[in-house]
Amino acid sequence: MAPKISLRCRECARVFEPLALHVCDFCFGPLEASYDYDEIASKVSRASIEAGPRSMWRYRELLPVGDVTPIDLGAGYTPLVKAERLGKVLGLDNLWVKNDTANPTGSFKDRVVSVALTRARELGYTVAACASTGNLANSVAAHAARAGMESIVLIPSNLEAAKIMMTAVYGGTLVAVDGTYDDVNRLCAELTSEHPSWAFVNVNVRAYYAEGSKTLAFETAEQLGWQVPDHVVVPIASGSQLTKIKKGFEELQKVGLVDKADHVRISGAQALGCSPVATAFGEKSLDIRPVKPNTIAKSLAIGNPADGYYALKVINETGGGCAAVTDEEILEGISLLARTEGIFAETAGGVTIASLKKLIEDGTILPHEKVVVMVTGHGLKTVEALSGTVGPTVTIKPTLEAFDDALRNSLPA
Amino acid sequence: MSCTIRIPTQLRNLTNQEAAITVDGATVGEALKALAASYEGFSERLFDEAGHLRRFVNVFLADEDIRFLEHLATPVADGQTISIVPAVAGG
Repeated sequence: MAPKISLRCRECARVFEPLALHVCDFCFGPLEASYDYDEIASKVSRASIEAGPRSMWRYRELLPVGDVTPIDLGAGYTPLVKAERLGKVLGLDNLWVKNDTANPTGSFKDRVVSVALTRARELGYTVAACASTGNLANSVAAHAARAGMESIVLIPSNLEAAKIMMTAVYGGTLVAVDGTYDDVNRLCAELTSEHPSWAFVNVNVRAYYAEGSKTLAFETAEQLGWQVPDHVVVPIASGSQLTKIKKGFEELQKVGLVDKADHVRISGAQALGCSPVATAFGEKSLDIRPVKPNTIAKSLAIGNPADGYYALKVINETGGGCAAVTDEEILEGISLLARTEGIFAETAGGVTIASLKKLIEDGTILPHEKVVVMVTGHGLKTVEALSGTVGPTVTIKPTLEAFDDALRNSLPA
Repeated sequence: MSCTIRIPTQLRNLTNQEAAITVDGATVGEALKALAASYEGFSERLFDEAGHLRRFVNVFLADEDIRFLEHLATPVADGQTISIVPAVAGG
């Protein structure tokens, strides 16, 4: 049975059938899934969700797919970690880390891909394609393998080695493009017109794909005892995740799963070397000017963010902030999270932690607020970034004497 | 000055399903206006009431975003290709 949704243009509100459409054919505005919340409210309860699978699919009533078996590697239901030690360092009383490094391919992209490919298969597609900065590539290749679909993945050729290996191992077609992610993205947008029988997860099935990010908000609220936090910090690449986290909290209220959601403030995190949204925020403008990225946070290196405008609107409307941090601060962020909470994040996570620190320092985030930070990708994906900054404390010969000589003065008794 | 404009799927119903249209124009803006003059419906889809490109319409000349060039005033050389591309989500 087809999903009970429609697609609606975010700009001009025209309504479309739930097919493989991603932009309004009138104004090019992005299409977004729209649901019958009264009907969903009559079907779901906290108890019905808590009795569901321990994955993002426990929220399937709020996802844009029909009555089909999902393409599922177990994405979602990741730990929400009370970060006492990190909170103490930063001066926050109530801080949690949503540890989305714990997904099957190591990033939050498993959430969006699981939805996108499930809907694509339901629509009859057998080929899954994407443009990616790496994390999406890993996830599309893995989920396509799981589903027995062909995959065609396009990436910038200068990606981190692990992200290339973690895509290639699944056996699909991997195309490395000499260019930036924005070049790859533009190429994919044009390929979508030439190959209508391929489901490009972030192009023609984007309206379904993007909805997967709502589950970050659903889980966060459920894990806080069905409460929406005061403040959430989200990394911004295209801006889609940030807008969907806001939508997710709103939906929980609409279907009666939380009492209140309109208090949440949402802040954005960008790398200074690719910060078109933070720049516009700083200039109090809604005009996001594209940039040429230059940052170690490659998974956030989108110079022309498709949903940047909407992300900025959410930040402004909720009273959040938007920080931009240097490569050095990103590395400090990775290290701080690892050393205080035992969570190893990729460079994008470093951006988020460093931005959190900055937003506390500039007074955007207040010490007593209940704050959740989204840490969305695993550190093993971007180990190159740390080379030369961490390593063995000492290297010694295998003798007690050598051990004592090297470490006598620096170890606990 | 003659150039080719690549048309995305979403707009091909305006061009009898043609994927590429050849027009004359000395700048990107002139080329797009020439396209709009030949095919009904382009003008309101590409431009807002104030005559600016709509927010989600991306235009590339020889694969470079015209916002890194001189926007609609970017000069077009003979034989170059202009692409109209909808924005896509992140990855």
